[in-house]
Amino acid sequence: MAVNLICIECPRGCELRVEIADGGVSGVTGNFCPKGKLYAETECVRPTRVLTTTARMADGRMLPVKTARPIAKDKLFSVMAAVNRLLPAPPVVIGQILAENISGTGANLVAAAAKN
Amino acid sequence: MKNNVLKKDIVIVGGGPAGLAAAAACYDAGAADTLILEREDALGGILKQCIHNGFGLTRFRENMTGPEYAARFVSEVEKRGIASLTGTTVLGIRAGRGSQKTITAANGRGGIFEIRAKAVILAMGCRERGKGALNIPGSRPAGLYSAGTAQKYVNLYGESVGKEIVILGSGDIGLIMARRMTLEGARVRAVCEIMPYSSGLRRNIAQCLDDFGIPLYLSTTVTRIHGRERVEGVTVAQVDGRKRPVAGTERFIPCDTVLFSVGLIPENELARKAGVEIDPRTRGAAVDETRETSLPGVFACGNVLQVHDLVDFVSEEAELAGRSAAAFALNGAVKKRFVSVENGAGVSYVVPQKLNILRGSAGVSDAAPQSPNFLSGGAEGASNAVPQSPVLLRGGEVKLYFRPDGVYRNAVIEVKDGEKTVAQKNRAAVAPGEMETVTLKPPFTDISGDLTVSIRENGSRETRS
Repeated sequence: MAVNLICIECPRGCELRVEIADGGVSGVTGNFCPKGKLYAETECVRPTRVLTTTARMADGRMLPVKTARPIAKDKLFSVMAAVNRLLPAPPVVIGQILAENISGTGANLVAAAAKN
Repeated sequence: MKNNVLKKDIVIVGGGPAGLAAAAACYDAGAADTLILEREDALGGILKQCIHNGFGLTRFRENMTGPEYAARFVSEVEKRGIASLTGTTVLGIRAGRGSQKTITAANGRGGIFEIRAKAVILAMGCRERGKGALNIPGSRPAGLYSAGTAQKYVNLYGESVGKEIVILGSGDIGLIMARRMTLEGARVRAVCEIMPYSSGLRRNIAQCLDDFGIPLYLSTTVTRIHGRERVEGVTVAQVDGRKRPVAGTERFIPCDTVLFSVGLIPENELARKAGVEIDPRTRGAAVDETRETSLPGVFACGNVLQVHDLVDFVSEEAELAGRSAAAFALNGAVKKRFVSVENGAGVSYVVPQKLNILRGSAGVSDAAPQSPNFLSGGAEGASNAVPQSPVLLRGGEVKLYFRPDGVYRNAVIEVKDGEKTVAQKNRAAVAPGEMETVTLKPPFTDISGDLTVSIRENGSRETRS
């Protein structure tokens, strides 16, 4: 079996063709760089995404945040709900960890901007 | 401040990604006396609301969000102690007969005031095409937003703009907002694109639409907006090859909100008023390879010059403009002789629009000696002691940016001087949504006429360029 994927690792957007055999990835073509192969392998087994969103701060302002690493794609909405409960207080520095291992994803949620 | 006219070597209009990168480059090229004027209350421009990632992959080999990318450049500007005035709107730019430019600006602290500068960098960015440009019939109910306006409400103010969404246009901002609104709990019912292809990046169709099962309807447009007080739905229809709705294909999609992602327009009112020649193809200034406009000492870069897909290339272009403006402010004008760079078959525009064929030639010796600070920046490839334009010091190559006018597979990109091919490259596929580049190598003095950039399809299978 083969599936076609668009690589999302960079704006190039390589059109990947992924061969699947015995429940695993047996071959990847169409990738420009090694990231494409890794992406295809992960995407076909356990798709992950970096989540970027905003957290409302205790003072009402919006703070851009992200997961410091990709999380399971099916966890995106539960992390969204967790972020909405955080209400971080200023000051926040860029890269500051706001929640460790958020929603059991294995990823920390970090601030993507500074707020004084 | 009436009798107290500010004097600066360089004034940069706009403190977004282009203005910030240009400012740092001016400083590094020896022009420390630079001022950034920004109409918003903080530097960073549109990146402040672009909370998604994908920025910086080319430049920093990191996957950064917009605010992170902006913060990197704001900190570079602050490290250098470059002055900026936020909350300050530029009202006009006058290029006098001498080398002085006069910038009229206003803010809540100083009222209306003037600044004299030797060089000006236009870095005002672009704005969205509005619904008004689309001539869609119907009343004007609440619930119609440009995608970027919705992005601002959601990301900067935390306001929800709607629950049931239809997006017209598949530009990247629309795709990004489809995902963003879905994550925030809205239902995006459709993205409609009048063209047979999306103008957004392929990866954004994958990660913003496909990930969430949002349908993209190509060759489809909104023909009517329903609702009086609030949007109640849209009628969409397929279009033929001439973008006319096909009778019998209409269908109603209920929604309370319509987002428009139908293109960006460089914001050039100031440039026009100043007398800068505008290229109708890009709607930005017509520039040479140093990003100098038709007004000597006035430079342009970033989305005010040409709408870029990627901020990494905005930064690159802004640094080029910054180095050029610094050279102008420190050394004055250099002698130039232009050939024009035209779009040929398959190409909708090319930037720069003209090339100075004297760049780097021994004849260009009328420039004043450069400051040591300036020479220290990227002097690789300097082949002799003749004062040269700053770009030449970086190897002298000229990168042409252009957009294909359609989708081409096995594309051969050619730059021709009459019948002579001066540059060529192959690409597996090109599309209007993705800007292309081709590099010209010096010397340029033997270019005999105007250059033409064209794309054709090669029958044989090509590997990547």
